[in-house]
Amino acid sequence: MSDATNNQGIPEPEGAADIIDTDYQIGQDNIETQIGPFGLDIHNPVFAISGLAIIAFVFYALALPDQAGDFFGWLRPALTTTFDWFFLGSANIFVLFCLALIVLPVGNVRLGGADATPDYTYIGWFAMLFAAGMGIGLMFFGVLEPVYHMALSSPLGVPSPFAEDGSIIPENVEAARQMGLAATIYHWGLHPWAIYAVVALALALFSYNKGLPLTIRSAFYPILGERVWGWPGHIIDILAVFATLFGLATSLGFGAQQANAGLDHVFGVPVSTTVQVLLITGITAIALVSVLRGLDGGVKILSEINMVIAAVLLLFVFFAAGATNILSDFANGLIGYAKDIIPLSNPIGREDTGYMQGWTSFYWAWWISWSPFVGMFIARVSRGRTVREFVVCVLLIPSLVCILWMATFGGAAIEQVLSDPANSAVKAQVIDSYNPPMSLFAMLEGLPMASITSVIGIVLVIVFFVTSSDSGSLVIDTITAGGKVNAPVPQRVFWCVFEGAVAIVLLLGGGLGALQAMVISTGLPFTLVLLVMCVAIWRGLMSERRA
Amino acid sequence: MFKRIMVPVDLTHADKIEKALGVAGDLAAHYGATLVYVGVTAPAPSPVAHTPEEYGKKLANFAADKGIAHGVAAESRAYTSHDPAIDLDETLLKAVAETGADLVVMASHIPNVADYIWPSNGGAVATHADVTVMVVR
Repeated sequence: MSDATNNQGIPEPEGAADIIDTDYQIGQDNIETQIGPFGLDIHNPVFAISGLAIIAFVFYALALPDQAGDFFGWLRPALTTTFDWFFLGSANIFVLFCLALIVLPVGNVRLGGADATPDYTYIGWFAMLFAAGMGIGLMFFGVLEPVYHMALSSPLGVPSPFAEDGSIIPENVEAARQMGLAATIYHWGLHPWAIYAVVALALALFSYNKGLPLTIRSAFYPILGERVWGWPGHIIDILAVFATLFGLATSLGFGAQQANAGLDHVFGVPVSTTVQVLLITGITAIALVSVLRGLDGGVKILSEINMVIAAVLLLFVFFAAGATNILSDFANGLIGYAKDIIPLSNPIGREDTGYMQGWTSFYWAWWISWSPFVGMFIARVSRGRTVREFVVCVLLIPSLVCILWMATFGGAAIEQVLSDPANSAVKAQVIDSYNPPMSLFAMLEGLPMASITSVIGIVLVIVFFVTSSDSGSLVIDTITAGGKVNAPVPQRVFWCVFEGAVAIVLLLGGGLGALQAMVISTGLPFTLVLLVMCVAIWRGLMSERRA
Repeated sequence: MFKRIMVPVDLTHADKIEKALGVAGDLAAHYGATLVYVGVTAPAPSPVAHTPEEYGKKLANFAADKGIAHGVAAESRAYTSHDPAIDLDETLLKAVAETGADLVVMASHIPNVADYIWPSNGGAVATHADVTVMVVR
């Protein structure tokens, strides 16, 4: 048998990347076996321990719901308030690091080696970035957040335009309107995308250029060396699987509640756990079909469909709310963002702690806990791009799109609230009472063809959940197979179904809130992981340039 | 009768397809055909190779060794697929056309109940290819 089949005597590829010389062979820790007719190829400790830990936590949340709720309900806010300076400071570092990569010569390094070509076209690539990274959030917060920051949360101390009795104070309107948009754009602009870009770049660099397996632990090779294949690496991967699965399952559970609220509003479908369980089952079923059709035939196509529907809704609101108004909101928001980004990202000495801790710190912890999943997925589809191209397209362009989205949806909502507060459904659902799932529908009610657009909104929310679920399943499957992307198909089916099952169990047993708080708490250790990744990226890029 | 025999190989499990490789080699020697070894890899690193370029080189070495062993001309063709577990059938069918093969010799598992849910790779290729397909079990 020729020794082309084993991994010794690996030839150096020409003109390509700087492969790291390690004895570790991808799949050497894997158990390859068959259960009946189904093949199995799993990484020994990571698959089993992740699976068991997930089941253990679900039992904990179900058996001791009050204790779990109290503990995590205390832990998460404690972390986001105590460590607010850490989250904000780290996110600033990531933004500056990414911007530096655009201008420095290391930006010329190509992911996959000098001769690699991009795997996907720009359109397909962008569609997948959005659908995995941010789609649901834009739907849920697009109306809620600008209105909330304008009227209630006083970022940087900007006063609300509403007086105690609900009347409007004219002198406060302009500043509040601009800050409402700017404070929202801050949360959906450069900072979150920089967080994803750092993780994605680290994983892509160490896989495609250095030849290490496509798992989170590979980015730690420059720091931990060969120990990364042992327990330190196992723990990193297990934590990533854990955060991803619970992040997705709890989002799915809450998303089903939101979609149920929307269906109740438009069609009068009763709000009940039965409907929500059916929604989760439906979303999981569609995600399963997508996962079975694979990356190109399933995930990419669904992401593109998503993007088209979202663009349709965006254009409708853009024109229905008055294109010139929205354009001036866009300019206003952009100017406000540019003007206020430095004060808003200031980690110390802030007085607007309600906004800073309740929103910013919370968001950063949340994005960081999702970053292993989103970063790994972006890495999977980004081979062949240069670092500069990668950072521009993962950082700048999605930020611009999010700014346009917030200006359109938020601008339309703010206009409704300020021009006719007494009759504004948005004011009723966001300011007078706090009913987040209804905010989008409340805004659409103020525009023509509300029943049609509300249905489109519900469809969009559901399909964004599907694209998160299918890409998440692929990511978890890869990590638990030790970095192999071609594990037997039944494995990814297992993870997709498992995630839906966990969501249903938590929904019925009442553990959604507790475990979502737990996931966000993992944002703290992951922030350290991301800081280490910045160092690793830098060293990795420097050695690429020299090779 | 046959001029070009395509042999799909999975380099990670080359030991398991010994029989199919032997059959392909014997047929090539008998008909004076060229063997074309086809492999599919993902862009991400795998147990066999760190990059698709390296995989192509390994496949070429593999093909050269086999050609010498069987005393026939041998070529190789490596394909990169974004999701090999799913896209394998499609890629192999594309390879049949692109390599100009008139016979495909491939290994497949003994049929089992899972084949009722989704067909094996051997089954899919045998059903949809325009050329003769020999599934070695």
